Amino acid sequence: MIVEKIGGFVRSTMADVGYAARSFFSILANCLGLWRRPRLVTDQIHFIGNYSMVIIAVSGLFVGFVLAYQGYYTLNRYGSEEALGLLVALSLVRELGPVVTALLFAGRAGTSLTAEIGLMKAGEQLAAMEMMAVNPIQRVLAPRFLAGIIALPILTSIFNAMGIIGGYVVGVKLIGVDNGSFWSQMQSGVEVFQDIGNGVVKSIVFGFAVSFVALFQGYEAQPTPEGVARATTRTVVISSLLVLWLDFLLTAWMFQ
Amino acid sequence: MPNLVEIRDIQFGYGDRTILSELRMDFPRGKLIAVMGGSGSGKTTILRLIGGQIRAQLGSIKVNGQEVSALDTQGLYAIRRKMGMLFQHGALFTDLNVFDNVAFPMREHTNLSEAMIRDLVLLKLQAVGLRNAAGLMPAEISGGMARRVALARAVALDPELIMYDEPFAGLDPISMGVAANLIRNLNDALGSTSILVSHDVHETFAIADYVYFLSKGKIVAQGTPEEMRVSEDPYVKQFVHAEADGPVPFHYPGASLQADLGLEKRT
Repeated sequence: MIVEKIGGFVRSTMADVGYAARSFFSILANCLGLWRRPRLVTDQIHFIGNYSMVIIAVSGLFVGFVLAYQGYYTLNRYGSEEALGLLVALSLVRELGPVVTALLFAGRAGTSLTAEIGLMKAGEQLAAMEMMAVNPIQRVLAPRFLAGIIALPILTSIFNAMGIIGGYVVGVKLIGVDNGSFWSQMQSGVEVFQDIGNGVVKSIVFGFAVSFVALFQGYEAQPTPEGVARATTRTVVISSLLVLWLDFLLTAWMFQ
Repeated sequence: MPNLVEIRDIQFGYGDRTILSELRMDFPRGKLIAVMGGSGSGKTTILRLIGGQIRAQLGSIKVNGQEVSALDTQGLYAIRRKMGMLFQHGALFTDLNVFDNVAFPMREHTNLSEAMIRDLVLLKLQAVGLRNAAGLMPAEISGGMARRVALARAVALDPELIMYDEPFAGLDPISMGVAANLIRNLNDALGSTSILVSHDVHETFAIADYVYFLSKGKIVAQGTPEEMRVSEDPYVKQFVHAEADGPVPFHYPGASLQADLGLEKRT
């Protein structure tokens, strides 16, 4: 019966969402005890943040290059090319910075987290930890979760800075937009709380989403090579879609 | 109480599939008790039940007088602090070196200084012959060495109960002999109780005080290794003498070869 199938689907989906929510709050609650062992978090910030820096910085630079070319092409038609710095900066801090960084973070650090946790599970390392009376959620998942939330806004800032440098190189050095106008328009047009602040809030929310999805998928992965591979793929797909959906919600809420 | 662990009338299964039934076992303090049986006989499940990783549908498991199934997470963690477990493939933490793996339980559960932990870890590694491998990563050591490191980690906090899940599987004869001697010596030196799950007859009989034989989730024989060696029980005989056919059939049950080849009517 089709009604039974729909009912079954709704019921199992709600159970999955409920289970995921319970896991989310469990990880969150276990973060509270980490203030006593900050080293666990800083190690993970180094691991997932520092190692993602190169790809984030290079991507930011190229996004800045392209933004400057595209922006100049449009602004030039209205004789407003001196506003190029403002356009590049606003596009980056309000939208592209948080979103593209989160997507790259999901691909670089998220997959690595899922594979790491999945392989720890397959190698009975998490079971061994439990048998040693150590809670793997507190010892393994919570530090990585917190590190992701801290690392993503920092990476977003690096992405934004590199993007602005890229925009400057193309706009000012290659195309010849006035240097003073480029920086002064940016300085006067970008608001700290409305633009930069909202961008930071977005990147923190994305940090929660991507880190949780990556860790949850790893923790719930089937402990086989195929299971870990599937979980890694799911991390990229779910976290990317979640970032775009959350971005829409946050943008609608922030700039209404 | 003479028994550290007592299992009474345990029933455990997944769905309709019964894994263990009507099990009664005693694990006296200070003894090394072996649980033997073929693959899929439910040996590892017993260890997981004792450790509280899974819960039985019926029956009772008492560790140090405490009913395991009645414990909450905190209670389980409290009794696990007095247990050590050696997993089949060691389950070493691959992001930590040998030293940090052995130090892990000490750092998690004690307030000892790093200097004290260093001394204790080196002594544990000395006991398993790997003091000079302290700086190596798990990927840089052999399977036998990994098992010994895991053994040092399992006894890091001098547990009352040590559980070994197939400690000899996949080891060469030298490593197997080393592991067997270590298990016996550590049990005696620490005054612990050990539960050894294995299907290696020679090594297990050499070190165990008492043996339970398990088949299809039930105990089919029990006694000292000497009694088991001369046992006339068909299952024990087949197992101890590695006979291909017997109570455990060589062929997976089903239709006969003649029936499959169309030489007789299918049943």
